[in-house]
Amino acid sequence: MMASEADIPHVEIKNLGCSRAGRKIFENIGFSLRSGSLLIIEGRNGSGKTSLLRILAGLLKNDAGDIILSGPDFSESNVENFHFIGHKEGLKAALTVSETLKFWQILLGKGKASIPDALEIVGLSHVSLLPCSYLSAGQRRRLILARLLVSHRPIWLLDEPMTALDTSAKTMFENIVTEHLSEGGIVVIATHEPISIPHQTLSLGSLS
Amino acid sequence: MTGMFIALLLREIRLSARIGGGFSAGIVFFLTLVTIIPFAIGPDLALLAKIGPAILWIASVLSTLIGLDRLFQADEEDGSLDLLKMSQLPFVWVVFGKCVAHWMTTGLPLTIFAPILGLLLALDGNSTGTVFLTLLVGTPALTFIGAIGAALTASLRRGGLILSVLVLPLMIPILIFGVLATESSQLGVAHFASHFAILGGLTLLSIVFGVSLSTLALSTTE
Repeated sequence: MMASEADIPHVEIKNLGCSRAGRKIFENIGFSLRSGSLLIIEGRNGSGKTSLLRILAGLLKNDAGDIILSGPDFSESNVENFHFIGHKEGLKAALTVSETLKFWQILLGKGKASIPDALEIVGLSHVSLLPCSYLSAGQRRRLILARLLVSHRPIWLLDEPMTALDTSAKTMFENIVTEHLSEGGIVVIATHEPISIPHQTLSLGSLS
Repeated sequence: MTGMFIALLLREIRLSARIGGGFSAGIVFFLTLVTIIPFAIGPDLALLAKIGPAILWIASVLSTLIGLDRLFQADEEDGSLDLLKMSQLPFVWVVFGKCVAHWMTTGLPLTIFAPILGLLLALDGNSTGTVFLTLLVGTPALTFIGAIGAALTASLRRGGLILSVLVLPLMIPILIFGVLATESSQLGVAHFASHFAILGGLTLLSIVFGVSLSTLALSTTE
């Protein structure tokens, strides 16, 4: 049986605008994402990539426009549909890798992967009992990718997720994204790095 | 939701115990302050016993302020606050949970230590008991009032002083009724009960306003 239009998870952005400190960052942004879509946001520094992701995540107010989510997998609360990875990692130096994942798994909702499985995928099984303060920059980035796996959020908003990742970790990251898309998830990535997964592109220019 | 709230409490307590900072610094400051005052006043036990409850209360207020600026600032700096806003636990419960954990790691230990330090201040059994009771009921108010200032200064790098200036005036009614309740216990249960009830009422108000205003302040932080 064919799924009806309403059953397909769908994100629609209409005429989105954003200003910071009186300066218009972008305006009239619009795009539509269906289940399994990957959107890459490009643009030079200061073009509003992070602001756009934060608006989508509900962490920043937009000046204009609407964000419409529809589909059976989406929570009534918009914010609970998103997982946001920003420049700040949200890691506590005093908590161990396992404790960190356990906490966010409870707070963000349990995902498909168990904590040992997620650590295995990102290659951090051997440091699971170490405090986060002992991790390198690349390992910290791998840990926040593991956090994506252990929590259940259909839409991933990733701001420069490949920063500090080595070549093998970048491949691992692309595999994780591909897997999420194949399960019907939606991913939006702001990045300057090339990505080999088929995607749509949104270029943010500068507004004078 | 209970599971998420308990997970948040445990995380906060664990962080507080491992990092030290506000928790241990507050206790050490409390012990130091109360210990050195008898040296400054001298061996006048009657005077010490008279001002002892006030000393314990002032020390509690000042000790609570130590580390209070990190209540939300640490999460704001490392990005945890963004994730907490996106969690399944309503943000107002996140704020409440962080305040409860702060009290459990700051106000509660101060309350437990106070009767022991009461011996240094020549407090009798009655005064020691009432100081314990008033601190037990009053110190949560100090945390929840402080949370408003902590939320307003969460994104300021050196917000500690501003926080103290903001919240100390709001803590004065708690201090007044905390000390009054202790002193009035000498006059009988009825006198104590009236002041103690006002202190309890102030604490309840502080919880309501502290949580709602802190949530509002943090929600509007970008």
